[in-house]
Amino acid sequence: MLMLTCPACGVTAEETEFAPGGEAHLTRQGPGSGEAAFEGYLFARKNPKGVHFERWRHAYGCGKWFHAARCTATLEVFGTYPMGSAPPPDLIARLQARRPDREGRA
Amino acid sequence: MSDPVSTALAGARHVGYVTIEEAGPVGMITLRCRADVAPALAALNLPVPGQRRIVGAGARRVAWMSPDEWLILLPPADVARATAALTAALAGQPHLCADVSDARAVLHLHGPRVREVLAKACPVDLGRMTPGEMRRSRAGQIAAAFWLEDDRTATVLCYRSVARYAFDLFAMLARPGSEVGLFD
Amino acid sequence: MSTRLARGGRLIDRSAPLDFTFDGAKLRGYEGDTLASALLANGRMLMGRSFKYHRPRGPVASGVEEPNALVNLGLGARSEPNVRATTTELFDGLTATSQNRWPSLAFDLGAVNGAMSRLLPAGFYYKTFMFPRQFWKHLFEPVIRHSAGLGRPPRDRDADRYEQIHAFCDVLVAGGGVAGLSAALAAARRGLRVMLLEQGAGWGGRAPVDGGTIDGEPVETWIRNAVQALESLENVTMRVRCMVAGVHDHGYVLAEERIADHTPGDGRPRRRLWRIRAGRVIAATGALERPLAFAGNDRPGVLLASAVRDYLVNWAVSPGDRTVVVTNTDDAYRTAIALHEAGLSVPVVLDLRERADGALPQQARALGLRIETGKGIAGVLGRNRVTGVQICLQAGEGAVLETVDCDAVAMSGGWSPVVHLWSHCGGKLLWDEAATMFRPDPARPPTGADGAPMVACAGAASGALGLAECLAGGHASAGGTGPAPVGVTPDEAATEPVWIMPQGAPVALRDKMWLDFQNDVKVSDIQLAAREGFTSVEHAKRYTTLGMATDQGKMSNINGIAVLSQALDEAIPQVGTTTFRPPYTPVTFGALAGEARDGLFQPLRRTPLHDWHEAHGAVWEPVGLWRRPHAYPLGGETTEQAIRREVLAVRQAVGMLDASTLGKILVQGPDAGRFLDMMYSNVMSGLPIGRCRYGLMLNEQGFVMDDGVVARLSEDSWLCHTTSGGSDRIHAWMEDWLQCEWPEWQVFALNLTEQFGQITIAGPRARDLLETLGGMDLSSGALPCMAWAEGELAGVPVRVYRISFTGELSFELAVPANRVRALWDRLVAEGAALGAQPHGTGALHVLRAEKGFIIVGDETDGTVTPHDLNMGWAVSRKKADFIGKRGLERVALSAADRWRLVGLETLDGAVLPEGAYAVADGLNANGQRNTQGRVTSTYYSPTLKRGIALGLVRHGPERLGEVLEFPTTEGTRIRARIVDPVVYDKEGARQNV
Repeated sequence: MLMLTCPACGVTAEETEFAPGGEAHLTRQGPGSGEAAFEGYLFARKNPKGVHFERWRHAYGCGKWFHAARCTATLEVFGTYPMGSAPPPDLIARLQARRPDREGRA
Repeated sequence: MSDPVSTALAGARHVGYVTIEEAGPVGMITLRCRADVAPALAALNLPVPGQRRIVGAGARRVAWMSPDEWLILLPPADVARATAALTAALAGQPHLCADVSDARAVLHLHGPRVREVLAKACPVDLGRMTPGEMRRSRAGQIAAAFWLEDDRTATVLCYRSVARYAFDLFAMLARPGSEVGLFD
Repeated sequence: MSTRLARGGRLIDRSAPLDFTFDGAKLRGYEGDTLASALLANGRMLMGRSFKYHRPRGPVASGVEEPNALVNLGLGARSEPNVRATTTELFDGLTATSQNRWPSLAFDLGAVNGAMSRLLPAGFYYKTFMFPRQFWKHLFEPVIRHSAGLGRPPRDRDADRYEQIHAFCDVLVAGGGVAGLSAALAAARRGLRVMLLEQGAGWGGRAPVDGGTIDGEPVETWIRNAVQALESLENVTMRVRCMVAGVHDHGYVLAEERIADHTPGDGRPRRRLWRIRAGRVIAATGALERPLAFAGNDRPGVLLASAVRDYLVNWAVSPGDRTVVVTNTDDAYRTAIALHEAGLSVPVVLDLRERADGALPQQARALGLRIETGKGIAGVLGRNRVTGVQICLQAGEGAVLETVDCDAVAMSGGWSPVVHLWSHCGGKLLWDEAATMFRPDPARPPTGADGAPMVACAGAASGALGLAECLAGGHASAGGTGPAPVGVTPDEAATEPVWIMPQGAPVALRDKMWLDFQNDVKVSDIQLAAREGFTSVEHAKRYTTLGMATDQGKMSNINGIAVLSQALDEAIPQVGTTTFRPPYTPVTFGALAGEARDGLFQPLRRTPLHDWHEAHGAVWEPVGLWRRPHAYPLGGETTEQAIRREVLAVRQAVGMLDASTLGKILVQGPDAGRFLDMMYSNVMSGLPIGRCRYGLMLNEQGFVMDDGVVARLSEDSWLCHTTSGGSDRIHAWMEDWLQCEWPEWQVFALNLTEQFGQITIAGPRARDLLETLGGMDLSSGALPCMAWAEGELAGVPVRVYRISFTGELSFELAVPANRVRALWDRLVAEGAALGAQPHGTGALHVLRAEKGFIIVGDETDGTVTPHDLNMGWAVSRKKADFIGKRGLERVALSAADRWRLVGLETLDGAVLPEGAYAVADGLNANGQRNTQGRVTSTYYSPTLKRGIALGLVRHGPERLGEVLEFPTTEGTRIRARIVDPVVYDKEGARQNV
């Protein structure tokens, strides 16, 4: 069971306080989007064994959504950061240091 | 005929190695706003709490609930006036201000091992929690918020519909014979 | 004969005798005894029967690894099967019975299985009982189930209570032996928050039994001082009888504390589950001695050498008068020396190694003990008890050189570190050939949330068996500063790997060499599995059941792996180990459930009127975690009769419904209208203040996910009603969009569900009833359909919504929760004269179905669009966007042959079965009958006096008048005509008054 730090209220709490929200940084496809783009938005999700950017909500706490960067294999958490923002530079630096061979980005 | 105002547990009380007691009616206002609420709270003679703090004294408190949410506790009779004052002070600022006095139950826990009983129900580091911290978490299977008044006294808020569960839960966990001594 | 010695026993208090019974015999032990030591003290070596062959068994160990001495403990509501006698603390009045035997422990008919062991090889279930198939269920399985198995589950409700607690620490030390104490001291002196948990009842682990000095003092003195020092430190939490069951992700540790196992019924919880978050775990969990594989090694009286020493030193119990020691380690000489010094006979020490000239063997020689090197045991004599051993050359094939009389055998095959906690979260092991053990590979530790190692092993658990290394390792693992405690014990020579004794044993001997004592897995079984192709250790384990018993192979795994590696002619590291999974020893379900039983099993959500409903005989319907009244049967009414009466009361007079569970979400802010236009498929921004509008919420796929009435409260605020049980989900859904997609929009959503109770007053006399309360003008002019007004009724503040889910004149009263009961009581009192009756959800469902109103979750199942429900009118064509708009544009969602909502009217007036399907001609690709529709709601309508139903039917609304066939589970068919969903007051005259 994970421990995560909510960037909104500063609490480090166990997973039972949080609700998972799946892959982060998706772009909504609304009316006018093509079939492939819309299908991707609805159904296509990354499922990496390795670094993953996710959404979490502090459901039993302050109620705020946030992002977490985490390794799905080792469960190492590289950091959490507020909703609506890109991964902060220190998180990216930590990620680069810990996973120098990683491809792609958030 | 029933009481004109009946709280969830009608003031139930249980004496274990920690005493659990439902408070009478408590006035509560939820304030949500992204702008500075200091002037509005000042209208109620309340300071602005820091992150996860509850400030004020006695029956008049304000708790930090999230970066844009506060819970104001005050005598029930003051709610209407306070709501009007907040609304007036925040005129022109997007905000939400609502009377939520009936939405929650308020439980007082009292006894030297109050931290321990909370630790049985909540996945929270009670050893590091200081009086005045407002912690929103879980108690057993329900959402709950609580703070320590001092090392012997805690207040727990939960939704009204699960007040019975919360009361029975703490009563069970405070049964004599189950003392742990974790924070003695 | 095992017996209590006249002197000694460091753990027992001879001034405190305890009475207990075993299989009805009244016996006596002492405070400090375990059940096993007390039974041995009473001459009871035979304690159980094995799983498969019903072999007679005595204890082979003295601790948690014990596979044989399993008993049923306690009676009735405190009965527990498969309890290890070796870890059960004796208490006055303890009642134990033996298991898996009939008619008695000493004479067990099931032992015939043993005689047939040649017919019961590894995998025999799979091979023997395959055909004919029906024999398995009716013959083979019942017979096998009768003869195999251990204890019986308790039949009564558990009389005890259990609880859990959360704890946090910087360092958690698992194990209170000298390594753990050393680690805890070092960590505590660094100022860290330390938890030290010991599974046993006392501190110090094995060290006091094995002897030596620490910092120049006897081991026990140092332990006492260390415990005192730790107890005086504020930053240390210490628990005995607290077994660390598992290490999980991110330093999450579960431990089970046995509080009242030894004091049953004293009012304390029986056990407590500790849920601990540890910054770092130090596993000072020691090592377990391995048995040796020789023919007859499972005979009662054959024990681990360390266990013999434990019984002798800790409890002053001698397992036998004449004990043969057989070993490949120097350590076992401690047992020989201890027995000799206690005045007991050690006829011979058989050392499998060619040389035995370490300090301990030399000491044994000096005491005059006979030591035979290069020799082992070819066979054990005796049946229910060892009577002698046959000595052979280890290098040979088992020719008997000599027979020695004895009544006990102490065996030592080396030590295996307890690496469980290291391994639970992925710590890797390496095979240490020199030490003949798998030990933690420090280069490949389990890692935590920060990617850093989160578990370290210290002492014997790390593979460092010596006292000095244990103390130093414990100190170092905790980052100790200053000098570590210094331990001194005699040097020990290396162990030599010995997996089969003698090494050339023929099959007749290998067939009697037990590896897994509890599950009766022998050397020959593993070799057979290898021959039959089960070459993966995980496959061989499952094929033979090696290590799958309640002891999870604590004694057997390494020997089994070694035998498999020899059979495969592969090195041990290539074979590898099976996976170590939590819990380390069995954890009782009670502790896992904790307080969650009876009324606390699951939180029930109670409306402000719950007590009234209960007092008035409500039959409950669970709606999420809520309990809603389904009906209020009166007198001898059935629930169905009550529902019919309640329906008619609404249609003919007035009904009262507790609708408090309806979700109520306040949405407010300058962008609230724009936001709700995205949330709902229809337009909410244009709703006039003071008015209500029904709306549908879709998910992005275009499917209906919720519905409800929205009221515009002010210029910038709306109140959104959600389905009962849907409020938390819908509030979270709104927050998701607000926070993640449109964070710049100025909108706040607040869940007010619990702030208001809600009462629905519906029926032709509804207005009459409310007017008796006084306080508001509720006339049709002041409050028309789909409008709301605020005011007071009977002095209680209310918001009244003129909305109807029943088709009758209807008012919904939203009341602050603490004042609902007062208003309800007034309504009940005033309503009596008007024929008002409370009604539940049962009547509500019938009433709304008569009107063709849908219920999300009944008429929808996550694949239904508004158009499928004939509710295209609720989908805006003008809005550029809303959640689900793009989804609805998908081709499949506008296909002509979708199943759409209709009413169904049975030709004979019967009630259709719930969920029944309408069949169509032909078969589908799977050979199943084609279908063309299904029933979504079905009731008896007391208003129309016949069955009514709603359903989804292909091309439904275009087929009015057609008759469909619905096969029932009884094999009959019900014929029903497709009709309009609204079967009562189609023009809506009744509500519009």
